Amino acid sequence: MTQMDVQAPDEGAPREQPDAVITMEDISIAFGGVQALDGVSLRLFPGEVHALMGENGAGKSTLIKALTGVYSIDSGRIVVGGEEHLFSTPAESLAAGISTVYQEVNLVPNLTVAENMFLGREPRRLGGIDSRAMNRQARATLQRLGIDVDPASVLGEHPIAVQQLVAIARAVDVECRVLILDEPTSSLDAGEAEKLFDVMRRLREQGVAILFVSHFLEQVYEVADRMTILRNGRLVEERLVKDTPRLQLVKLMIGRELETLERLEKETATSTDRAERPVLTAVGISRRGSLEATDLELYEGEVIGIAGLLGSGRTELARLLFGADTADHGELRVRSTKRRFRSPRHAIDRKIAFTSENRRAEGVVEDLTVADNMLLALQASRGWLRPIPQGTRARLVKEYMEALDIRPADPNALMRNLSGGNQQKVLLARWLMTQPEVLILDEPTRGIDIGAKAQIQQLVSDLSDRGLSVIFISAELEEVLRLADRLVVMRDRRKIDERHNAGVTVSDVMEIIAGEATAEAAVAEQEESRA
Amino acid sequence: MRKVLSHPLAWPAIALLVLLVVNVIAQPEFFHLRMQDGHLYGSLIDILRNGAPVLLVALGMTLVIATRGIDLSVGAIAAIAGAVACVRIAGSADESATSTAIAACALALAVCVVLGLWNGFLVAVLGIQPIIATLVLMTAGRGLAMLITDGQITTVHNSFFDKISAGYVLTIPLAIIVALAVLGLTAVLTRRTALGMLVEAVGINPEASRLAGVRSRTIIWTVYVFSAFCAGVAGLMIASNTNAADANNAGLWIELDAILAVVIGGTSLAGGRFSLTGTLLGAMFIATLAVTIPNIGIPSETNYLFKAVVVILVCLLQSPKARAALRIRRRVTPTPVSAPEKAAA
Amino acid sequence: MTTTTATPTGSTWGRIRSYAPTSRYLPVLTTLALLIGMFGVGGIRYDGFADPQVVLNLFVDNAFLIMLAVGMTFVILTGGIDLSVGSVVALSTVIAAWTLEHGWPPVAAALAVLVVGTLLGTVTGLVIHYFDIQPFIATLAGMFLARGLCFLISVESIPIHDKTFFDIAANQITLPGGYTITPTVIVAVVAVAIAAWVLARTRFGRTVYAIGGNEASAMLMGLPVARTKVAVYAISGFCASVGGLLFSLYMLSGYSLHAVGMELDAIAAVVIGGTLLTGGRGYVVGSMLGVLVLGTIQTFISFDGTLSSWWTKIAIGSLLLVFVVIQRVMTRRQP
Repeated sequence: MTQMDVQAPDEGAPREQPDAVITMEDISIAFGGVQALDGVSLRLFPGEVHALMGENGAGKSTLIKALTGVYSIDSGRIVVGGEEHLFSTPAESLAAGISTVYQEVNLVPNLTVAENMFLGREPRRLGGIDSRAMNRQARATLQRLGIDVDPASVLGEHPIAVQQLVAIARAVDVECRVLILDEPTSSLDAGEAEKLFDVMRRLREQGVAILFVSHFLEQVYEVADRMTILRNGRLVEERLVKDTPRLQLVKLMIGRELETLERLEKETATSTDRAERPVLTAVGISRRGSLEATDLELYEGEVIGIAGLLGSGRTELARLLFGADTADHGELRVRSTKRRFRSPRHAIDRKIAFTSENRRAEGVVEDLTVADNMLLALQASRGWLRPIPQGTRARLVKEYMEALDIRPADPNALMRNLSGGNQQKVLLARWLMTQPEVLILDEPTRGIDIGAKAQIQQLVSDLSDRGLSVIFISAELEEVLRLADRLVVMRDRRKIDERHNAGVTVSDVMEIIAGEATAEAAVAEQEESRA
Repeated sequence: MRKVLSHPLAWPAIALLVLLVVNVIAQPEFFHLRMQDGHLYGSLIDILRNGAPVLLVALGMTLVIATRGIDLSVGAIAAIAGAVACVRIAGSADESATSTAIAACALALAVCVVLGLWNGFLVAVLGIQPIIATLVLMTAGRGLAMLITDGQITTVHNSFFDKISAGYVLTIPLAIIVALAVLGLTAVLTRRTALGMLVEAVGINPEASRLAGVRSRTIIWTVYVFSAFCAGVAGLMIASNTNAADANNAGLWIELDAILAVVIGGTSLAGGRFSLTGTLLGAMFIATLAVTIPNIGIPSETNYLFKAVVVILVCLLQSPKARAALRIRRRVTPTPVSAPEKAAA
Repeated sequence: MTTTTATPTGSTWGRIRSYAPTSRYLPVLTTLALLIGMFGVGGIRYDGFADPQVVLNLFVDNAFLIMLAVGMTFVILTGGIDLSVGSVVALSTVIAAWTLEHGWPPVAAALAVLVVGTLLGTVTGLVIHYFDIQPFIATLAGMFLARGLCFLISVESIPIHDKTFFDIAANQITLPGGYTITPTVIVAVVAVAIAAWVLARTRFGRTVYAIGGNEASAMLMGLPVARTKVAVYAISGFCASVGGLLFSLYMLSGYSLHAVGMELDAIAAVVIGGTLLTGGRGYVVGSMLGVLVLGTIQTFISFDGTLSSWWTKIAIGSLLLVFVVIQRVMTRRQP
């Protein structure tokens, strides 16, 4: 292996490095009319851990899939080891020495560790698989990576973290120059992630180039050398990790959209009496692998905005409050009565509503009509034996279609034929019909057009004026700040800050998210440079 | 024309029409109905009557399949229903009394409901795959039926019971009326209550339904009970047809015909939207096919071959991959209006 | 390469751990225990039940079902199902009888049977994989197709008078101790041995398990998923046609209504033998034990004399239930 003698790329200017193992230049991919990647470039050097950063929709997955041959590129060049390649299947990419380990462990749980590592290329003897040799070789590889697991044990009996490590062992055991780790840590706890980093460091020493995707900034700063930041399908910058303060990184990732929406006339929460008891209280609720113990109090007519990056625990918190997942510890109180939500049904009965960030998989019922989709939650509450009378149905649907300006205004249109924004409005209508007291909205404006976005924001504001309590989660800080009375900031699966939304700026929030002591200075600098 | 063809019921309707036309060509008097002793006779009536049990079973099956399930036990349940009713009638003091027959039928249907509860319990509560869960009763059910009849073919003499299949009301065979009544009942049950919509919601997107608060356990349980009930009615009809309970052969393979009817009717085995009218067409198609084959001079045993062909054709028509392959060849079909959402990051 | 002769701690410890009855072998051991238990009870209750010949007769009377179960195990391990095997058995008997009746040499007749069965399985596999049609419905079509072909060839039962077939059928192999088996038993046992070896010791076999464990992963790992999936249905078709040949030796006739519902017996045997119906876990030996359990139930009933035949079905159904629920509990505990 000649990679060993290559100078580590984080020393000296990587731009001068002549022998990048992978160079992607000007990659563009469009789906339908949507430009998913627009002239993005990426360079990977042997013996580095390179972080790929960006929020939802930044194009990280698309870029990785272009590199692994899942998607074919519309334009641009992919050079691997000096040769230009055009990958059209994952097998071709694999043959070029690019291995990928995904967030979900792509191994088979029913076979042993060694079998998983060697599936498809088992050592053979006398025409059959030589399982002794296989176990021996597997043990050697695992030892080399410092992974302590018995190769003869069944994979499914190990925790996800160990399975993840085995997946890496499999990936690097084939001739592997480049290892792509696509959010490998999102379900690991701190100790488990540390083990993974050990393995990553060993591989780096052995000259492997690692492309690392993670939503945890801490982890990126701990293990990565360089990073490439994407936003909205475009390349923002390639930077050295050690030269990039966190605040700056957060800013680069989130960016700023020019605000075309007029500022909402917001009545601040002072209109409601804070002395009364909260509508919904969470005390130390937690769930292993998704949320650390978190407290939250939501008052009547209040909008709590939750800010935080993807994977910060914002969605996980919402799901626990709604009973979509069950909490391991902690307690929930609705109007100070202790409740236990074992399913969404229980939460709905307590007048809590929730729209998922994953509209398509967890929200809409595509093959049903708009009317049926709207009435689903209300009907589910009534049970199948008590249908909503035809007249009421028609009236309700018409009312909400007009109120929310849903187009096409045809109750019998199939849900799948609506645009994202209109689907989202239908889902809002679904919950408003149940007359909830608490509305939890997870990324309600993601992927919808600007007009619908403004309408939904206005609606949230109006609803809270009418006394509805709202938890509003969004990756767009401007939006959160515009709507929230109170602001909750989350990072690394826990709540790290909570404050009244008075005079809070986007920079302040970024600073909190970045969590740096020196952040204030950076903010000042930033403000200065803008002025 | 294209709009007509794109209607989901177009293909089953056309298939049925083609079969009928073939019959008329082979046997010009095929459509003739005649009145004799105040009863209607004719090939069409026969088709309807012979197709009644399959239609009944298929109605329940439609709902089960719409929830992404399947019920293999319906044949065995039909056999049990016949067995319970016949043994009850044969064993009662007054074998020919109408009240005896009614009580026996009610008991048989009650037993079926219990069996449906059992299936629903395995699927909805224990979470066992439907195909396996109902396989249990499919295997054990015939044994139970034989246990009830003591392994004998129990013959009964009861004019009311006989009428279920052989009777006439207003010149029309009672069997047809019963089947259509259950069809009507199903339609009311699904479209006048919210059952149909909730069944479809659970079948199309179980997770979205759960988050919307749909009690899918209750829904799934209900459809298995209903399926067993329908199978029970079919079982009574089959037993009445021969005035006997044959635990071994009553309703044998009816589950396959029923599944076939549902699939022909355009309800996907992957669950979701269902069509009762489609199921009616599918059941009639199967019944007509059984008549057509001897009618055009082919031995009726080859019925299976034709069924195989139909299954394969219907599957290919429903398979997105096969349709895509077809589309490439024709190049006529316009690309879908909405862009595929593969860019989800 | 330095061959380390097992570092004492690592390997020995590893071997001890793997010999502890891991959950992998538990279902098969349960079936074995059940079988032994049944023989224990039978031996106490009835004279001559525990006789080795009774055990051997289980093999003699169920050789064809063992063949079906072997093929079905492959299919179920990938997470599929094959409903067509019973019909393929019937078709095989009809083809064998018809060809022999028309003067084909026995070898040619047997070959014809094997070719047709394997071909049918292959086509089913192709349809399942390339058109993405559920195995249940595709093999249902295969089931109808095979039955239909039977009737097309002959509606009546065709007796087999061929001398070779007769000789093989009448042949008794005497084992030490005076016990006898038929040649069909040897075929079945050899098939089990080969299948067990293929599943455990070849890349193909491991791929079968991998597909059953997680088909998407298997695809991403670069395994030949398409080829393997088609192959398991071809194997199932082949095994069913061998089973059909054994069945024609057993019945000495070809008849369209032979083996009605035998696919259910095969599926039941596989499940009772501890194979997970969702795929990925199970052993051919378990399936063989499953067949023997089914056979033992029948032996029980014939020894008893007071029990009626329908108890067989009820007992099979109950066993199926018990095993399915056990499987469910086991998979639920998985992380």
